[in-house]
Amino acid sequence: MIAFKTYTGIVAPLDRPNIDTDAIIPKQFLKSIKRTGFGLNLFDDWRYLDSADLVDAKKPRKLNPDFILNQSPYDKATILLARENFGCGSSREHAVWALIDFGFKAVIAPSFADIFYSNSFKNGFLPVKLDEKEIDKLFDEVDVNLGYQVEVNLLQQTVSSDSGDVFKFEIEKNLKERLVKGLDDIGLTLQMSEEIRAYEQARSNSAPWLFS
Amino acid sequence: MAGKTLYDKLWDDHVVHDFGDGSALIYIDRHLIHEVTSPQAFEGLKLAGRKPWRLSANLAVPDHNVPTVNREIIEDPISKLQLDTLDSNCKETGITKFDMFDPRQGIVHVMGPEQGASLPGMTIVCGDSHTSTNGALGAFAFGIGTSEVEHALATQTLVLKKAKNMLVRVNGALGKGVTAKDIVLAIIGEIGTAGGTGHTIEFAGDAIEALSMEGRMTICNMSIEAGARVGLVAVDQTTIDYVKGRPYSPIDENWDKAVEYWSSLKSDVDAHFDKVVEIDAATIEPQVTWGTSPEMVVSVTSTVPNPADIQDVVKREGMEKALKYMGLPAGQAISDITLDKVFIGSCTNSRIEDLREAAEVVKGKKIASNISLAMVVPGSGLVKQQAEEEGLDKLFLDAGFEWRDPGCSMCLGMNPDRLSEGERCASTSNRNFEGRQGQGGRTHLVSPAMAAAAAIAGHFVDVRQS
Repeated sequence: MIAFKTYTGIVAPLDRPNIDTDAIIPKQFLKSIKRTGFGLNLFDDWRYLDSADLVDAKKPRKLNPDFILNQSPYDKATILLARENFGCGSSREHAVWALIDFGFKAVIAPSFADIFYSNSFKNGFLPVKLDEKEIDKLFDEVDVNLGYQVEVNLLQQTVSSDSGDVFKFEIEKNLKERLVKGLDDIGLTLQMSEEIRAYEQARSNSAPWLFS
Repeated sequence: MAGKTLYDKLWDDHVVHDFGDGSALIYIDRHLIHEVTSPQAFEGLKLAGRKPWRLSANLAVPDHNVPTVNREIIEDPISKLQLDTLDSNCKETGITKFDMFDPRQGIVHVMGPEQGASLPGMTIVCGDSHTSTNGALGAFAFGIGTSEVEHALATQTLVLKKAKNMLVRVNGALGKGVTAKDIVLAIIGEIGTAGGTGHTIEFAGDAIEALSMEGRMTICNMSIEAGARVGLVAVDQTTIDYVKGRPYSPIDENWDKAVEYWSSLKSDVDAHFDKVVEIDAATIEPQVTWGTSPEMVVSVTSTVPNPADIQDVVKREGMEKALKYMGLPAGQAISDITLDKVFIGSCTNSRIEDLREAAEVVKGKKIASNISLAMVVPGSGLVKQQAEEEGLDKLFLDAGFEWRDPGCSMCLGMNPDRLSEGERCASTSNRNFEGRQGQGGRTHLVSPAMAAAAAIAGHFVDVRQS
């Protein structure tokens, strides 16, 4: 898995609460059997004025000039700033794949939906939780500083900017360690194969119907 | 020491390894698979040279892309590729799959309990957030992403952080014409779409105990819309009667052993919950969503709320955006909202009881002339058969509804069933997000009875008066 330690980039403000995974990547683009290529359709309904040609993905589209990611320098943003309950709705990991494929490395919000949060870590993508006031501050900063950048430092657990703001964020130890080292989750679990087999043995005695 | 909640018990019984920091390696008893979220997982497995850990724990069924008419020919080549990929992945690995023409095929969350593949006390996962539906059986069931699908396939386990415990108690009895869907929409309206984030919600109280398994499934299905990955209802006689005799259910002495174990699957009287919400069932009226989030919901007797009344800026702007998208003025009576389409189906409301409730309303009536399409999509081939045996299909067809084959259909429009730009739909599904039922489509979430009544009237009506 891809590791994440620190990253500095332009912040794109998306000032909405409850951004759901249907908005991040609409269902008509979930039919690929690969993990790549979803960036083109990230926030599709907001980003384009016309509908996608599902057969010819390369066909030129009409960009919505009002949408933040279509405006310079946010078209090169790598850190997304949003409001509460980011990533709610469907469990589709395609939402994380689409954000990564577009170029995002991290998203900063006051809160995240549980499945989106967990999916992020499986892909080397960092969801950062800051409190509401700090998020307000960041939105204000982005508003007055064109091309506002922050450094997201997972090792120090901080988000900091040139203007001197440093915001500390919390993250579970286990998740942090896996992301910093870029560990392969399945490989790690398979090191516990003996324990899994022992569990199955004991459970099949006490609840045999689960193994018949 | 306080007693255990149902969730605590289910968690403890599945711990393979405790990491000591609130997370554990949890054993997965049942893994349900559909075509949208699994291809990349199978690919990852193959690239790493790994095989499924325990084949018999898995069961696959196509649902999201399956057309609900003429499924012999799938016109969309990308839909077809996804369906074919599920087919070849199951063949290569040896995983059992019900194909599109099998009467057992249906929406994965309808099929699981119907087959007895989902049982009380199990850990059940699927790459789909509405896996929470299965929690109605007293099972620890939750949606996962594709990386976790691969992890579950390869190891039969998942690394999970234990959630907090939340109790939603619905006291007293429901009024006539008020259903499980109205309960869950009212709960979401009360606690919000992030109200259950980080928690497992156990639904309890007289009104929940009085529900059938179908009704309990509707409630647990939408616990994810309240932010909770897992919804639960304690096991009681209703649960055990439901499970008995299903194809994958235990038999003989295993049945007796299982029932003994299942009977312990309830929260202890002195169990501690981190959050408790009490709701009086008698105050719940038929619900209709007016916005683009399930928490934007009011009763049918009410009006579209006015953003100007809201102090919080973020919330007010969210409401304004929602009303603009929905094409609704603040203050409009809900019963004045006219509709273009009506959809009865989805993993929330496509079981036999849902169809019976809707059929009762449309019996002997005709859909209104402004309704361009009213459709009923049973949750599985077996639900369809049962409904036809009871003559429900005739009632729907006579009223002007289309009677379709099972699948996810217009709940998310990955198949040919979808809304066009600006079309307004009364839908028994679970999400009213922008574009969910089709780009530019406007969704109002309601119960099957309310959807049926709206189809007849052409606008929302209070089903208690129709």
